[in-house]
Amino acid sequence: MATVLNFLTRRRGRHGFDLTDWLSWAYLVFGTVLMFGPVLWVVLSSFKTDAALAQYPPTLLPFAAKTVAVEGYDKPLELYRITGGEYQGRHLAEIRRIGLVAQMVDPAEPDKRLKVNIKDRQPEQALAFAVSNYTELFSRFNFARYLWNSVFITVVATVITVLFNSMAAFALAKYKFRGRTAVFLLIIATLMIPPTINLVPIFLVVSKLGMVNSPWGVIWPAVATPTGVFLLRQYMLTIPDDLLDAARMDHASEWRVYWRIVMPLSAPAIAVLTIFSVMWRWNDFLWPLIVLTRSEQFTLQLALNSFQGELQTNWSHLLAMTVLTLLPITFVFAFLQKYITTGIAQSGVK
Amino acid sequence: MRLTSLLLVTAVGALVAGGGAQASELRFACYQDGVECDTWGRLLKQFESENPGTTVKIDIVPYKSILESLPVQLAASQGPDLARVTDFGGLARYMLDITPYIKDASYWEDNYGPTLKWARVNGPDDKGIYNVMDQLTVTGPFVNKTLFEQANVQMPAKGATWDDWAKAATAVAKATKTPYPMAMDRSGHRFAGPAISYGAKYFDAKGNPVTVDDGFKAFADEFVKWNKDGTMAKEVWAGSGGSAYQDAAKEFINGSLVFYFSGSWQIARIGKDVGDAFDWVAAPEPCGPAACTGIPGGAGVVGFKSTKHAEEVAKVLDFMAQKDVQAKFMAATKNIPANKELQQAGVDYVNATNAEKAALKQFTNDLQGFSPIAFEFQGYKNNRAIMNSTVTRITQAIVGESTLDEALGRIDSDVKQAVAAAK
Amino acid sequence: MTFASTAVRTVYQAAFNSLERPLLFVQNLVGMRRVAWMFLLPNLVIFGAFTFLPIILNYFYATTGSDAILLSQRPYVGAENFRTLLACKDYLDPNTCQQDIFWRAIHNTAKFVVLQVGLMIVFSLVTALILNRDIVLRGFFRGVFFYPVLLSPVVVALIWKWVLQRYGLLNAGLEEAGLSSVNWLVDANWSFFWIVFVTIWAHMGFYVLILLAGLQAIPSDVYEAAEMDGASKWRVFYRITLPLLTPTMVVVLVLSLIRAVQAFDEIFVLTGGGPGTATTLILHYIYETGFAARPRLFGLAAAASILMAAVLMVLTLLQLAVTRSRAEG
Repeated sequence: MATVLNFLTRRRGRHGFDLTDWLSWAYLVFGTVLMFGPVLWVVLSSFKTDAALAQYPPTLLPFAAKTVAVEGYDKPLELYRITGGEYQGRHLAEIRRIGLVAQMVDPAEPDKRLKVNIKDRQPEQALAFAVSNYTELFSRFNFARYLWNSVFITVVATVITVLFNSMAAFALAKYKFRGRTAVFLLIIATLMIPPTINLVPIFLVVSKLGMVNSPWGVIWPAVATPTGVFLLRQYMLTIPDDLLDAARMDHASEWRVYWRIVMPLSAPAIAVLTIFSVMWRWNDFLWPLIVLTRSEQFTLQLALNSFQGELQTNWSHLLAMTVLTLLPITFVFAFLQKYITTGIAQSGVK
Repeated sequence: MRLTSLLLVTAVGALVAGGGAQASELRFACYQDGVECDTWGRLLKQFESENPGTTVKIDIVPYKSILESLPVQLAASQGPDLARVTDFGGLARYMLDITPYIKDASYWEDNYGPTLKWARVNGPDDKGIYNVMDQLTVTGPFVNKTLFEQANVQMPAKGATWDDWAKAATAVAKATKTPYPMAMDRSGHRFAGPAISYGAKYFDAKGNPVTVDDGFKAFADEFVKWNKDGTMAKEVWAGSGGSAYQDAAKEFINGSLVFYFSGSWQIARIGKDVGDAFDWVAAPEPCGPAACTGIPGGAGVVGFKSTKHAEEVAKVLDFMAQKDVQAKFMAATKNIPANKELQQAGVDYVNATNAEKAALKQFTNDLQGFSPIAFEFQGYKNNRAIMNSTVTRITQAIVGESTLDEALGRIDSDVKQAVAAAK
Repeated sequence: MTFASTAVRTVYQAAFNSLERPLLFVQNLVGMRRVAWMFLLPNLVIFGAFTFLPIILNYFYATTGSDAILLSQRPYVGAENFRTLLACKDYLDPNTCQQDIFWRAIHNTAKFVVLQVGLMIVFSLVTALILNRDIVLRGFFRGVFFYPVLLSPVVVALIWKWVLQRYGLLNAGLEEAGLSSVNWLVDANWSFFWIVFVTIWAHMGFYVLILLAGLQAIPSDVYEAAEMDGASKWRVFYRITLPLLTPTMVVVLVLSLIRAVQAFDEIFVLTGGGPGTATTLILHYIYETGFAARPRLFGLAAAASILMAAVLMVLTLLQLAVTRSRAEG
């Protein structure tokens, strides 16, 4: 215990633990609960049956009624604890309920039927993970196919985004040419306009180009991000021109200057754009919903939402699917956490 | 490395399969509340074996896709061959009239007459056959009978008014410490049934909207009052904005709601999730001064003009409309049949519990006594504009953003604006 | 890790080698003066087709009426859609406007942007300052605060809806603690609080990292000098940390403003804009009018989006001017 405390209160260079340290720790622990708690709650809920999901007050862990096999009955019966009346304290199995009275039986004496007021019984519950929420998904869905579609769109779109945006940013940051300001302003002006409000016109363009029902219909409209160009340009402005000129002296082509000097030096900013792009494309919903109508082209997000009917939502499956779409991105994050966070950190300063 | 090559093989395989597909592969965009699309998938196997060379590929999509993406896709001629839709009037201009392709048009007319009308909005003498209903829904109340027994309150019988039910439900809630006496889904469609019971006309003989009349006003007044005084579960309507849909099935299922005005599509879910926790019944439609009515509605399958296989599409729809296929579909999805013969003969709901069977029977019977306005309203071309505005504006009155009179005035002007745009 | 990075390097190398010759050819063809366009072209073509052209098309929607989707079927109505939107007796009282919900949405959006961005910056700064301290498990905590940034807006909203609903986790917890439960999403003020809270929850991690980087870039000798002078902690923060952090703060401000104005998905799923219209933001109005409504009023929606875009463009350019003059001054 003391060593743990020692470890936690250890500080590089200095010793001692003052009030501000305690406050900081309290803040961080509270923050952890706040950030992770809701996600964890959804993960646990995804293992509940639909009936358990409707229950109030909700339980933290997935519980289901405990059942017991009683001699003379085909199906296992649900077990109850009796809290009042003449059988108080006993554990009885319910045969059926008629109005306010439950017909019950003691598993030890299967021949005798007992009548109990339904107010006097409490269901016995046991921890039970409704794994069927997940197994049913896999049997109903071509999960691997959706995963592949999502990965394909995400990876290809991200590679193109990074390539095109960085090329444009390079041109805007490192060349002086007529129309530069105009192009830059044009891109900046659209920075704040959310693509959502142009959905119909974009669809008309995509449809004219014959890209409906193709992953490319999702990829191409998404790659020329103004945010990416803006971010990379701002970063590239800080790369000294001398480096570029030195390379040119050695007869390097402009392409070599870009690919061998500017790109590697912009790595932190490119890392940020990569993460952004992966996040955007992985989580895209509204746009793929319009472009992709055939299930063999569906992404995970579309499959996830197919549980939303007009009048009803299949919550148990929806939650299970939510967790499944969370998993890949969580794993990627867990492994690359260090690179991602430092990447953002380095590019943000500029 | 192995994974990559595996993915590559899958991708190439898919490409080859896609390229070599049959000339008459039909795409069917289907959304589902329960197991409707899965059931069609099973039943259409039979169709495919009877019609070699034609395959139907079902794409299960979110309802949002049917509601928002499908019209845009159809306008750009990029739609599927078939789709399961609810907005017949809105999509009618893209729908395929299958009359020339089917052998027995009179079978359709006899058995689906009233619901065929819902899609006939392309002109005054539109006699086309466009839609086969696969889920006729009927709005109506569910009641937690066990709570009534515990409170020792007599359940209102057939012919009881909305006021009777409100009083009874409040008494039960009070006696049993149940949080909510009543609730109604957040939907202009649910609202319309009781409003018609109170005398609302919704439109005149010429098809012009008369949204806010005395009947509409009377029910709106009661409804807002009930929401404010806690008779109605306020969060169902007040908890959302715009025209978003919200139900209260969860509250009913976990026993905290006495009287739930929803519709027949909830039967399967309530049956499954309530299980043995309490007894529930579908009660007869509560009455207003003018009628005792809910409103019909639902979903159906339609084909589209843009299809390259019109004849096959018609064949599929004709197959779906057959009595024995409908009977199997209704039994599996626990829905009310739109087919007249089946309505009279009754569907054998093999897997349904007694409570579910009783509820299905109750709703089927209610349907016979519905006000004619209720049927016509469902096929009225401006009904969605009216329903959306009802939800948005009545909610504003409930949460106190506007007075009821202001809200009613806004409904009127919203509908006028929509009608002008639709012309 | 090494395998992956080798693979990336190989691909990177191969891409360079295969592209160098053709591109050198292009460079020689167009000449040095126009070589910039060679780099700009791919992005500009895509940008033109999928961003710029749709914006132009949007203008045609805004000046036409009816509920038809194809432009060729829509009758020209001139500025009528704009007039409808702007018809107001008193711009401060939405009830007097013809399109009352549009104006309520504008009011709500203004309130939301100010509150959300303000609070976001305060909380990001506090968190960054704490994470900047010498604390064990710092990397872990950094990851914790960043994790929600990765979640899709729909998932974020679903998660919180599950927590905040009448029968959700929060109310269950309150009742467990003997407090009375609150109908969070039915009360207008609480609803507004929660949309601000949830959007901060979802995006804060990103800004924390940027600010953290800014803090770490402040040379430590500046602090040491201040410590020598015996300056109080508050004074150090106020006189040294804050001014040196200003450039980073500007980046955070720009990015978070963009996000706040565009906020839609999370809020739409969480509150649906309710109760009533208490959390209806401008994008939500556009969506309801142009997509959810029957008939769809594309013209009105397009007009609203053009008005919004115009305001945003002015704001962006203003911001740019301010940051530029700051950088130069």
